[in-house]
Order: sequence, then C-alpha cells, then structure tokens
Amino acid sequence: MFVTIITTMRNFKVIISICLIIFPLLGCGFESSDNRSQSTESETYSIDNVGSDTMVNLALAWAEEYQNLQPNIRISVTGGGSGTGITSLINKSTDIANASRVIKSEEIEAAKAQGIDPIQFNVARDAIAVIVNPNNPIDQLTLEQISDIYSGKINNWKEIGGEDRPIVRLSRETNSGTHVYFLETVLRLGQVDNKTLFSPDTLLLPSSEGIIAEVSDNPNTIGYDGLGYVTPEVKLIAVAKDNKSTFEYPSIETVNNNTYPIARDLYMYTAGQPVGALKDYIDWILSAEGQVIVANLGFVPILPP
Amino acid sequence: MGNNKGWLEVITTRLIIISGYSAIIFVFLIFYFLLEAGLPTIRNVQLTNLLGQRWYPIEEYFGLLPLIIGSITVTIGAALFAVPVGIAIAIFIAEIAPSWARNILKPIIEVLGGIPSVILGFLGILVFAPYIRRLLDLPTGLSVFTGALLLGAISIPTIASISEDALDAVPRSYRDASLALGTTEWQTIWYVTLPAARSGVLTAIMLGIGRAFGETMAVMMVTGNAPVIPSGLALFFSPIRTMTATIAAEMGEVATGSTHYQVLFMIGILLFLIELVVNITASTVVIKQRKRSERILS
Repeated sequence: MFVTIITTMRNFKVIISICLIIFPLLGCGFESSDNRSQSTESETYSIDNVGSDTMVNLALAWAEEYQNLQPNIRISVTGGGSGTGITSLINKSTDIANASRVIKSEEIEAAKAQGIDPIQFNVARDAIAVIVNPNNPIDQLTLEQISDIYSGKINNWKEIGGEDRPIVRLSRETNSGTHVYFLETVLRLGQVDNKTLFSPDTLLLPSSEGIIAEVSDNPNTIGYDGLGYVTPEVKLIAVAKDNKSTFEYPSIETVNNNTYPIARDLYMYTAGQPVGALKDYIDWILSAEGQVIVANLGFVPILPP
Repeated sequence: MGNNKGWLEVITTRLIIISGYSAIIFVFLIFYFLLEAGLPTIRNVQLTNLLGQRWYPIEEYFGLLPLIIGSITVTIGAALFAVPVGIAIAIFIAEIAPSWARNILKPIIEVLGGIPSVILGFLGILVFAPYIRRLLDLPTGLSVFTGALLLGAISIPTIASISEDALDAVPRSYRDASLALGTTEWQTIWYVTLPAARSGVLTAIMLGIGRAFGETMAVMMVTGNAPVIPSGLALFFSPIRTMTATIAAEMGEVATGSTHYQVLFMIGILLFLIELVVNITASTVVIKQRKRSERILS
C-alpha cells in the first residue's frame, strides 16, 4: 500500500515536473502571439527590435528612455548582426530591424516575396575608429596606408615610420556590418571595381571587446571598431582620405562636417510604413530628444547638434 | 490497485523504449538534415574552389583546407598536452593518492569538466594569450598554442575521469600478483595496471579528443580565427581558424538556402563524419580489447 502510494507520488512528481517544463514553453508561445494580435487595441504595446551589434547599446538606450516616457510600451532589443535583423524582419519575427548597412537587393527581393515592403529610416551616424596600442608611436595614417596594411602589402610598422615590429591585423568577423563597411570604404578605398581582400592572416575576432582587449595589450596590433565602442585603453589614429587631405581624429564634429573619412549611416527598417505606437517610437528617435542619446553613446547624431 | 500499477508500468516501459529508439532516430534525422542542407554544395561550388586555400565567404571563396587543417592542428596540439597530463592525473588518483586525497580530487576533476567553455575562453583571452605572447615573443598570443592549451584543459577532465574509472576497475589481484613478483610500484602501474585498463583509457582519450575537436566557443575566442595554412614550426604558433568556429561565427548572418549556407552545412557534414570515425575507431578498439580480456579471464 505504502509502496504504491510512494510510487504514484513519484509518478506525480515526474508528471508535475514535465508540466513545469512544458507549460511555460507553451505559455510563452501563447503569450507572445496574444500580444501580437491584441497589441492594436490593448493598453500595453510591445515592440521587438533585432539587428546590428554595433547598434545594440544605442537601441537599448533608446528603448529604456522611451519606456520611461511611455510606460505602456514594452521594447525588447536583441543583437545578432545587421543580416540577422533584416532576416527577422523578413520572417516577420521583429517589428524593427537595426542595420549598420543599407539593405541588400537580395534581401529586398526576399522581403517582397514575403509580402513585406521594408522602409528605411536613417537614425544615427557612426564613425569607424582605427586603433593601435598606446605604446605605438604612430599617430596618423592615410586611407591608402591602412588599406595596404590590411591587404598585406605592409607587414612591419617600420615601413610606415614606426618601430621594428610585425603588424598584427585585427578585424571583426565577416558577418559584421562593420567588417563589410571597412572592406568597401577602407580596403577598396570606396572603388566599386576594386577587388582587394583582407590579408588571409587577418585575425577575425567575434566581438568588439575581443578587439579592444587585444589592442590594449599587444603593441603589434592594429584594429578598427565603431567609435562608440572605443575605450581609453587604446589609441585613436588620425585618418586622411588621401595625401592632399588633412589628418582628422574621429569625433562628432569631424563626422558631421564630413572631414573624417570613415563614417556611415545607421538604419532602422520596418515592414511597411509604421503606424500607431511604432510610428511614434521612430518619430521620437528622430527627434532632438532621441538624438541626444545618440551623442551620449559616442555615436553621431543626424541632426546638427 | 494491482491493475493500476500494471498500467503505469506499461506506460513507463513504453516511454523508456521510445526514448531509447529516439536516440537512433535523432542521429539519423540530424544526419539527413545535414545532408539535405549541405550536399547541394557539390553542385553549386566548384571542387577547385572547395579545395582552395582561401576562405572568404562573402566574396565566394570557399576553400575548406585552412579550416580542416586548423581544426586538426589545434586538436593534435590539445591531445599532445592533454593525454599525458590526463592519464598522469588518473594514475595518481587511482594508484598513488591516499584515499582522502582521492575523495577530494575526483569530484574536483569532475567539477572542472563542467566549467562552461566560454569562461575558459575569457580566461584565455584576458590571461593566457597576453602571457603566452610575452613568454614566447610571438606577434600575437591568439594562436594555435593558446587554443591547444585551452582545449587541453577542457579535455583533461574527460580523459582523467574516465581513465580513472578504468584503472579503478582493474582487479586488486593483478596488482597484488605483480607486487608479489617483486616489481616496484611504478613497474606495476606501467606494465600491469595501465595495460589491463587499456580499453577504458583508449575510450577516455578518444572521448577527450572528440570533445576537443567539437569544441567551439573557447577556440573561437582564442585562436584568432585567421583562415591561413601555416607551415613549418609556425604551425603551432600562428593564428588559425577551426571548422566549428567558422560555423558558429557565420551561421547567424547567412541567408537561408544561399551557397554560403550550404557550404557551412557541408562543414557540418565533415565534422560529423570525422567525429563518427573517431567514435567508431574508439569502440572497435574497445570491443577487440574486451574480447581478448574475456578470453584471458575464461
């Protein structure tokens, strides 16, 4: 008798624990689909925001501030890369895709095939900073010199007036929008028919933190990253577009007046023209109030400050 | 009530049978999924491209050679380091350590085996890589050597723990007989206990190597991920890119169904096949050994 009770109790425990595992999963599914369908008429409205890792901190800051202003809005922000964001938009699993590059023509086609018309908003500007170790005496480089370093034509710092050290090239992974942007703007000097590639021995690091950590420790390295991610442990390089231009350090002023040559626009994409709360959110991001946050995070606001 | 119990028993038995078979079904499903997604590569990418030396997928360079060589060198490096150390730890715990030390060491080794590899990766990036760069005067510490050290550290607990079980299972009488013949303790370990536990130790080594080969996060963080084919002595001290790190780093961005996507699955198939060969080798060795020992005992 006792034994049976104990075994049935055990079975109950098993059943209960299975329920505990399964129901939250089901629950989640139901909840999110409910939110989606009710969102137009209910009080709380949730906005999903997926995409560019460069923009994650910025998107989070916007989301936090906006949720303070509008307590009935919930905004979730996820990174993963520009392509991930746009793919999510095409799969209808996000409301806003963040991208640090313009949407590709194949992606527009894929979106159209799903009945989605991606609308582009230029929400901020970003400058890519070229960085070296603080002990490296090099202060300034032209775009062409940086291109020659990354393509493998220059392999020692002494070739450009530095110490006799091998150059270790650091880059973001090929899935990062920053990588593609750097390839097109710096390695290929913005020329469409230029087929220069990164030297195969370029280290491809999966995170900004990895690049900062290695550059701040290793005097042989050169790296690049979004201006918003650069910390005081590394040294910024002043860059000139060509021999005739002046060398400029990346800053809000030099990006806004177009003198710093490695700067780009950051975008948000929505599926079709945004309406209701989504439209309000994007309008707010583009307002002076939203752009203050851009400046605070080391990015460059699109409105003149 | 007896009826009730019988009913529960039937369900439980069924569940156990289903979960048993599901393992087989899942393996086949995974392999089918990999094949379906990866095999179109052969049609869409030229063989000369696949066998090329350049991996730069966003410009359609799909040379797999640097990735395969990368995975193999870093695994060999890890094995060179982890196999002797792992077996030495097992021998110490099973044969030499007093029982109180054994009771502490064995659980510690098993806890070590449970440390998430990301954490070891962080240690690698912040501590090992800078230290190794200064120590060996390398251009960068993000290299095969650092990767091999970390992978070794990841596979040592597997090797040590399973080898220790194998050594522990060797009958007491073997050691007593050997010692009675006048051998030293070391001779007993080296010529009697270790050979007797050989099949278990081999399994441990194979599992450890399999773990190292399939490890992703830690190698992605510390090997620099440069898809180069190093030569000569530089082989163990230059940056490298492994197959697993490539899949992990690139799968997130790739468009579903594109050529790049198919090639990534092709790499998955290769990984699957290599792990399969390692496992089959390990189990055939073990079966052969077992038959021999059964013969001796009977």
